[in-house]
Amino acid sequence: MPMNENNEFKPLIVAFCCNWCSYAGADLAGSSRLTYPENVKIIRVPCSGRVNPMFILRAFERGADGVIICGCHPGDCHYSTGNYYARRRMALLFSMLEYMGIENGRTRVEWCSAAEGAKFSKTMNEFCEKIASLGENVRLGDLRCKN
Amino acid sequence: MQELKNRLIQLISDGTVARVIGWKKGDMPYNPEPACFSTVEELEDFVYDGFCGANLSKMMIEVANLEGKTAVCLKPCDTYSFNQLIREHRVNRENAYIIGVGCRGKLDIEKARKAGIKGIEAIEGVGIEGEGDVTFKTIYGDKAMAYSELLLDRCHVCKGKDHMVYDEVIGESKDTADSDRFDDVKKIEAMSSAEKFAYFQNELSKCIRCNACRNVCPACSCRKCVFDNTKFDSQQRANVDSFEEKMFHIIRAFHVAGRCTDCGECSRVCPQGIPLHLFNRKFIKDIDDFYGEFQAGKDPEAQSPLTDFTFEDLEPKQAVGRGEN
Amino acid sequence: MYTISKDNLNSLYAKIASSYDLFMPIKKAGQTNYGFWNEDAEADIETLKTVKSGKDAFFPQVETLYNVNKTIIPADVAASDDAEKAADTPIKTKLEVVPGKFVDQDFVIFGMKPCDVRGIEVMDNVFLKDFVDNYYKSRREHGIVVSLACHAPEESCFCTVFGIDPADPSKSVADVATWIVDDKLVWKPLTEKGEALTAVVKDLLTDDSAVDSKVDAEITSITEISKKLPYANLSLEDWGAGKTDEKFNDETWSKIYQGCLGCGTCTFVCPTCQCYDIKDYTTKNGIQRYRCWDSCMYSDFTLMAGGQNRPTQLQRFRQRFMHKLVYYPTNNDGMYMCVGCGRCVEKCPQSKNVVKVIKAFENKK
Repeated sequence: MPMNENNEFKPLIVAFCCNWCSYAGADLAGSSRLTYPENVKIIRVPCSGRVNPMFILRAFERGADGVIICGCHPGDCHYSTGNYYARRRMALLFSMLEYMGIENGRTRVEWCSAAEGAKFSKTMNEFCEKIASLGENVRLGDLRCKN
Repeated sequence: MQELKNRLIQLISDGTVARVIGWKKGDMPYNPEPACFSTVEELEDFVYDGFCGANLSKMMIEVANLEGKTAVCLKPCDTYSFNQLIREHRVNRENAYIIGVGCRGKLDIEKARKAGIKGIEAIEGVGIEGEGDVTFKTIYGDKAMAYSELLLDRCHVCKGKDHMVYDEVIGESKDTADSDRFDDVKKIEAMSSAEKFAYFQNELSKCIRCNACRNVCPACSCRKCVFDNTKFDSQQRANVDSFEEKMFHIIRAFHVAGRCTDCGECSRVCPQGIPLHLFNRKFIKDIDDFYGEFQAGKDPEAQSPLTDFTFEDLEPKQAVGRGEN
Repeated sequence: MYTISKDNLNSLYAKIASSYDLFMPIKKAGQTNYGFWNEDAEADIETLKTVKSGKDAFFPQVETLYNVNKTIIPADVAASDDAEKAADTPIKTKLEVVPGKFVDQDFVIFGMKPCDVRGIEVMDNVFLKDFVDNYYKSRREHGIVVSLACHAPEESCFCTVFGIDPADPSKSVADVATWIVDDKLVWKPLTEKGEALTAVVKDLLTDDSAVDSKVDAEITSITEISKKLPYANLSLEDWGAGKTDEKFNDETWSKIYQGCLGCGTCTFVCPTCQCYDIKDYTTKNGIQRYRCWDSCMYSDFTLMAGGQNRPTQLQRFRQRFMHKLVYYPTNNDGMYMCVGCGRCVEKCPQSKNVVKVIKAFENKK
């Protein structure tokens, strides 16, 4: 289990960010010198609608402790409607994960625009805290990826 | 059954159809197999009884582009699957001659085995007409069971006796539903997180990755399945680690979410008796709860919930934790 | 012969498990399959057929062949003050190959039926005859097989067609033969390995010569039952070594394959199917090379860069049954690669199976 210098659990977070809003939001957070934990690994996708449920499961398999999907606010999608489809898919997937006994809160969807650097930073900080409190992902990890 | 058989023979002899998809008599009293008949002689082996549970609609994909019409025998619940295949342009309605066959519920031989019946030589009372008990003649003596006791699980949540699509209907059907189809899902939803996890872990650990659930599913009709992708580094046929079974079954159900008609074939064919319909039904229940009631295959024109949206859809965070506080 | 009361079986399992890993039919979530016994497990020797056969004991569905671990050796920055030069130094990695473990402890497979025991002989011809598979060999050397007679054969059974005696495990290659007679388990060691196991559990067994006649009665009873089974008179006359040309080009295949789903159920429940695939899995620090069962019914079976050698389900279906009934006997002095356990008869989702194939050709004549 990865630990920080104070011997506290340091979760691995995967963030799928859409190219047009949330990734730009992360950029703005950076250029505004707002911080978020370095254990958030961002994967840029063209649109939140590109996120296949399999991406999320694969992230957990490969050792992620939490997965967050960030996209444009509903109504603001660069492709008009991609995030509306993503919203339905993720609602069903999260409900299924809960149904299978995976802890609530390991997955999250947050809408974050290119102008919301502060929101991006705040969201990531909060999400990291939440995952740190949940602890290591045991139920959805693959043993072979542990060593 | 004779009426149905005569009609099929007529259809073939007068050239209305070039072939018939139906069931062929097995070598045991309980194992008729899906088959394609193209001559009157072959139709001699045609059978239709309580053990003809297989959903034949998927076989229509293979014959969609063959010369001439194909007659296919569909039970009321199978017609939902066929409609869904029409919706996805996987079958050709013009080339199909659909015979809606009557159904009073289909039987599960495993139910008899679980009740200790073995050494079966003959079975009586499984015809499509008639009432009363099913009698098993076995080398260990005769045994009887009520027809309803032997029904496949899916028949206890029967969708009704009406065929959704047909050219003609032969025989009477009966609605065999005697329980709510979401009862089992609700039971699991009421469990604690740890209990849910333990339940599915226990069930899925039996999975041998035979892919029967995927291959039999009329909604799983991709030309190349994502799990057959050779660039995938997890081996989609090995029960390697508990993770892979979970991923396979979540994704299998997710790929048919909004398209699954709840025909129950996945649970029927599972050699390990895993209640696979629980995944599909969870998605159906959620879709009903979140986006309004939807029955795939009822209307071939209807928009599938996952290729549709409204501006007011609920947020993913509202989809979880509904059982709490 | 020795006996032990059926009520006392759990202490027998516990006794065996104290010295060996005990692999036996365990009931879990309503299904009986082979698994390792522990105190919480629900042992089930009443169910005639486990869903999967016991072949996992020697040829598990998945096993690791070796691991390759990669470690990155930090560049020797301290040796040079020139940061630029240090950055140019290629990162050195060390690869370490860690071989998979061979089984080196004896273990016990309990309750294997005579058909499954014949399945081991079938696999021996593949894994031990020409090329010796060390993973398989180590398991074979350390596995002690306790075979159990089939008290009540079922209608899907046809092992007698292949000359297997369901009534008398002492005719098989097992190490210990057992029967259930009345409320007792009768125990008869057959080999040296079997004697060694008997010595371990001797305290629990009673030496009982009076039981011999009862065992004879049980054997007669089982033999009588198996004669009455519907498949007892299945004829293999038309099959076996040397029938390749005649059978391969037969028209019948194009009819009987229809409806086959191309799933792997028949293959994975079969006690004799032994095809496997080898793959790499990317772990955190390297790869794990493992092998797992494969099925000739799958569309990507033996897929090569140039494509598939059997692109249609007809060819795949034919392959499976030709292998069992013609190719294997041709290469192994007429021994069939089917033991008549009847699992495919019970489990095929579309009710296709080896018996129907045999009969389809019979009816043709």
